[in-house]
Amino acid sequence: MSWNLLRDVLSGVNQYSTIVGRIWLSVMFIFRVLIYVVAAERVWNDEQKEFTCNSRQTGCENVCFDYFFPVSHARLWALQLILVSTPSLLVVLHVGYREHREKKYKKKLYEDKGSIDGGLWWTYFFSLLFKTGVEISFLFIIVWMYNGLTIPRLVKCEVKPCPNVVDCFVGRPTEKTIFLYFMIASSILCIMLNICEMSYLIIKHCRAQCAERSVRKARSSKCGCDSLQRDQARLKALQNGTLRSTMSVQTM
Amino acid sequence: MNWGTLHLILGGVNRHSTSIGKIWLSVIFVFRIMILVVAAESVWGDEQSDFVCNTLQPGCKNVCYDQFFPMSHIRLWCLQVIFISTPALLVSLHVAYKQHEEKKCLEKRQGLLKQEEVEALRKQKMRIVGAFWWTYVISIVFRIFFETVFTYMLYFLYGGFQMARLVKCSASPCPNIVDCFISRPTEKTVFIIFMTVVSGVCGLLNVAELFYLLAKACVRQTRRRPHPSHLPRSSEKEQNEMNELLSVDATHQKMVLELNKTS
Repeated sequence: MSWNLLRDVLSGVNQYSTIVGRIWLSVMFIFRVLIYVVAAERVWNDEQKEFTCNSRQTGCENVCFDYFFPVSHARLWALQLILVSTPSLLVVLHVGYREHREKKYKKKLYEDKGSIDGGLWWTYFFSLLFKTGVEISFLFIIVWMYNGLTIPRLVKCEVKPCPNVVDCFVGRPTEKTIFLYFMIASSILCIMLNICEMSYLIIKHCRAQCAERSVRKARSSKCGCDSLQRDQARLKALQNGTLRSTMSVQTM
Repeated sequence: MNWGTLHLILGGVNRHSTSIGKIWLSVIFVFRIMILVVAAESVWGDEQSDFVCNTLQPGCKNVCYDQFFPMSHIRLWCLQVIFISTPALLVSLHVAYKQHEEKKCLEKRQGLLKQEEVEALRKQKMRIVGAFWWTYVISIVFRIFFETVFTYMLYFLYGGFQMARLVKCSASPCPNIVDCFISRPTEKTVFIIFMTVVSGVCGLLNVAELFYLLAKACVRQTRRRPHPSHLPRSSEKEQNEMNELLSVDATHQKMVLELNKTS
């Protein structure tokens, strides 16, 4: 059980995503998960061992570490990456539900099971909303928990059993701060990609609705002498109502 | 999730690269990523635990380590490899876009494609011409840029490509000046020089690839110009427009028929 499982599961989502969704997936895996696994995790590996307090009082180091680092950055990020990746599974589940319905009624109910329209559009939209919400929440949690975006070199600890005020020193604070900025920047980039994707979905949906409305109007007008250009525009709009791109990026 | 994922992603782009690009990719995986994983990481594994300072003052070691090693070499190299690999994604995106367009064109002409035809389309090598040439060149420029930036960062952060045995630290809370000793300085220096040389080789390969592409583009342009049997560009453009109009006209008639059927 490792990050490879997440990667394999999410690679299945790729085929039902929009182009922005695929870019988001690449950013997730290369700039966040890969960097977390090969670099960030190791920086926080020895965080408690290298946390030293200027006191020989037994238990003082443990208590101070727990007070200043209630939840390690590394664990917060792992949680964030998992929670942000999993809403995409809702889309896969919905497509699976459509396939199940087709099998149940033994007839073709959907022209293209993976096309982002109808109920799947709402599932996709809510998954994006949830992802964005999770990203923003985690950013707030990190800023609130650690009172800012820098990891200090020295923290002054007065928690019992430490006598008076004790100086405690954090291991690798500069390297940790650099990685913290990096992960926050990639989180903000993912939020922007999610917002772009939501806008893209809304605009496409509105255009499809407008095209459908104009087709209905034309049918009800009973005029048989429509111009060639109007017919083409209507049909094109109807055809463009299917949003899914059918080719996937190589190995994505 | 490990370097294998990066290998998968870049392996796909490899098909559409030039020969120099393929050599560059092999150098990246064999001389950089593999060396990083099997050797360099073990050398830097105990960098903080074996960093000792000649003082009993608690916290002095932490502070001195942080002052002299703001960012570990290993992390810098990992980030460098990831950043220089990512421009290949631009190429990958462009290839996917082109293949999607081609698939649409083929489906328009001959209806829905079979799975084998789709696979054959995907495995086809793309020629590095037109807009794809620009995407490829931009990706190489970015690679060279990241390579240079990271090498300069390494030089700037550590004042050179050598690892000292002893550093003198006077950061608070260390009392006065304290001698701190780095673990395995010689082995680390060897690896730093090795990785810097490989980085230089990769940079040179990228520059060579850039010149190769520019030279090919120039040769293509000169071959096009003097040939008399070639249609002049403007009449070729007009011919293409006419062909498009004819096909559009045919499609329009088909659409009118379809609309009439549905209504």
